[in-house]
Amino acid sequence: MIEEIRKHVKALIEEQKIAAFLGLKDQAGNIVPHLYESVDALGEGFSIGEGNSSSPFRYPLASLLMTLVQTYADKTFGVLVRGCDERAINELLRWNQIPAAAERIVTVGLACPAELAKDHECRKPFPDTFVAGEKAEPVAYESVREVMVMDLSGRLAYWLGEFDRCIKCYGCRDVCPVCFCNVCTLEEDVLIKTGDLPPENPMFHLTRAVHMAGRCIDCNLCTEACPAQIPLRTLYKKVAEIVRDEFGYISGEQDSGKSPLNILGPQPGHTSANE
Amino acid sequence: MDLKFVRTTCPYCGCGCEMLLQVLDGKLVGTLPSKTNPMNQGKLCIKGWNAHEFVQSPKRLTAPLLRKNGSLQEVSWDEALDFTAGRLKEIKETHGGDSLAFLTSAKCTNEENYLFQKFCRVGFGTNNIDHCARL
Repeated sequence: MIEEIRKHVKALIEEQKIAAFLGLKDQAGNIVPHLYESVDALGEGFSIGEGNSSSPFRYPLASLLMTLVQTYADKTFGVLVRGCDERAINELLRWNQIPAAAERIVTVGLACPAELAKDHECRKPFPDTFVAGEKAEPVAYESVREVMVMDLSGRLAYWLGEFDRCIKCYGCRDVCPVCFCNVCTLEEDVLIKTGDLPPENPMFHLTRAVHMAGRCIDCNLCTEACPAQIPLRTLYKKVAEIVRDEFGYISGEQDSGKSPLNILGPQPGHTSANE
Repeated sequence: MDLKFVRTTCPYCGCGCEMLLQVLDGKLVGTLPSKTNPMNQGKLCIKGWNAHEFVQSPKRLTAPLLRKNGSLQEVSWDEALDFTAGRLKEIKETHGGDSLAFLTSAKCTNEENYLFQKFCRVGFGTNNIDHCARL
């Protein structure tokens, strides 16, 4: 798989379709993000992060890409994308993070193996177009089912218990590829008291979950970043199901139009929100 | 174009989590946890997540400051060290070593902290020593 990707990137750089490629590099066994600016750099250490589970190589490449596209406004960049990275890029463009940036992003797709998809309960473990890998089956949200079999008071006790371990590191928010707000609600003292540790239970986490509605692209980086091992993905997947059922919106898809929580004003075709 | 991800250890506490410092055009713009280190396994605490902020902060001191006539003024290292050594000796002679307390930092190396506590315990004969990570 790595050779197909390497060949594809080499061609993109040689044909000057991209100024640089944002991918991964193997530094003595540690996989880190890396910006490849020339064909020579694609030799030693070029990595696409291969592995089945416990993925020690997934980073929020979409948000790193946005930094590049914002900083170097005249350049086009290639980027290694898995299904989740592509969903993140689609959402970030949809939320106007950089207008007209779609032309300056060239994705190099990689489909994830079945074990990795199962580990993260990924609903679409492949980008729309990919250069290497094989389509794995989308995975059902088993973790959500397991919580939903409990009754309401059982679920409340479960979540209060999970949130109690939170150390307020903001890792879930910092690593999230679609969290881009300059002024974050979770840091506003009038809404979430500063200095509270553990943070207000359950308001801190429910606030974040509501903000993930119509935005979360189900990459599971948040759960991986949580030092207290709170099953954040289960909560956000449930929120995504509600958004899908109530608004018919699935985040990250190419042509789904604006997220329902990004629309201000009446529905298209109506003149007032009251109709 | 200059975007680098530098693998390094968090300076804050003794855990020693590995992190990636994101350097854009020579400026530190972000921090990511390193996923492969068995110590932190892709996780960081709030101090680690914001470690990039203090390094190039304009608020960092660049020269020793000495209070003269009620306000802090920049002085040379020689003047600052002479003043500190003189006053510490005076206070020890007048009020005893236990009237002093010494505060060091988890950001220093083990060797620097060893030296500092020897200075405190042997030099001034007091056990009043602590460090920032315990606060």
